[in-house]
Amino acid sequence: MSAALFIDILLWGSVFGVGLIAFRRGPPVFKASLREGAMDFINIVPRIALGVIGSGYIAAIIPQEVITGWLGPDSGWLGVATAVVAGAATPGGPVIGFSIGTVALKSGGGVPQVVAYVVAWALFAFQRVILWEIPFMPARFVWFRCAVSVPFPFVAAAIAMVIGKP
Amino acid sequence: MARAPVCHRTVCIEWTPPLIRNGITLERPSPLSEPSPKNPAPAEDAESEPRPGRVRKPIGWSTIIIAALVAVSATLVWRRDGTDGVLDILTHDLSLFSGILPRVLAGCLLGAFISEILPHEKVSRSLGPKSGLMGLLIGTAFGAILPGGPFTAYPVASALLAVGADFGATIAMVVSWTLIGYGRAVAWEIPIMGTDFTLWRILISLPLPVLAGALGRFVYVRLYPKRESDEDAA
Repeated sequence: MSAALFIDILLWGSVFGVGLIAFRRGPPVFKASLREGAMDFINIVPRIALGVIGSGYIAAIIPQEVITGWLGPDSGWLGVATAVVAGAATPGGPVIGFSIGTVALKSGGGVPQVVAYVVAWALFAFQRVILWEIPFMPARFVWFRCAVSVPFPFVAAAIAMVIGKP
Repeated sequence: MARAPVCHRTVCIEWTPPLIRNGITLERPSPLSEPSPKNPAPAEDAESEPRPGRVRKPIGWSTIIIAALVAVSATLVWRRDGTDGVLDILTHDLSLFSGILPRVLAGCLLGAFISEILPHEKVSRSLGPKSGLMGLLIGTAFGAILPGGPFTAYPVASALLAVGADFGATIAMVVSWTLIGYGRAVAWEIPIMGTDFTLWRILISLPLPVLAGALGRFVYVRLYPKRESDEDAA
């Protein structure tokens, strides 16, 4: 778990760095942003709690075989399209998304299809969009970004088809 | 929906009014007037008391959807696995949650500090609608090096929008964070999917943030041509 520690250090280091810059602008600026950040935190915690604690249940009732069965190597562009839908519909956190990708690869899923799945999951997994992105960002931006992102799992799959396997 | 102009105005109150023209307001931007003519009191407070709190809705429709999904799923788990199954998942997710909590705080603070210290003029020049390919590249690079998870990326992206970045550059940043950022790759993707697949997938993803940002800008200008001409006029 040294990777997680490394990321935590980097994260808090950045907070400390920008906090220091804000402090040098004057204590009122520093205090105001501190309060703003704390208010954001307090407002976001109930939603995060609900999502993180609840996501285990959502993941537990979605049979993974259903998703991996869609991603066979012979499925072609239809399989890619299915993978995109599956990626968007995958509940839960990164463990579930990547595990399904791995299972799909190991059980003979096509590489472009799995790439499309992972990229689609990263771009617009519904749970992350609803749980994380909408609370923090203007909803109009979120929908716009998701709509604009739709072609890109297909682009990634096309590149994967061209350059071949890892 | 209604939150966008509110956060935006909140930030703008204490900065120079022309910055309101960055185009994320829902109402028509009026660059030369005070940001909130119908509500001048907060603007005055802004001098002495730097930042009036944002209006937030702790419970929105997205929360309700998630709550309903969770309730239905938990019931199904309970019918399938009994109380033990429900408790197993609960304890696992509670420990996950307690691990994430400090990082959420760090992300919120990071977003708040960044929106406070970033020079708005400079941000709207280098990440605004006129920033061209360079703006998209800067957004991409920023998303790629940003530490932390969604708890950092979204508050920071929101801060960028508020200080003058356009949709295109912000999309490049969010997409870059999600596709080529090292945070999730190091913590999750490499351990689960393996180094080869992960690096190869990141290689494939390299052009995508810039393309997504460019597409976003392309569509945005055509969806909201009026705002664009306002910006030209301003």
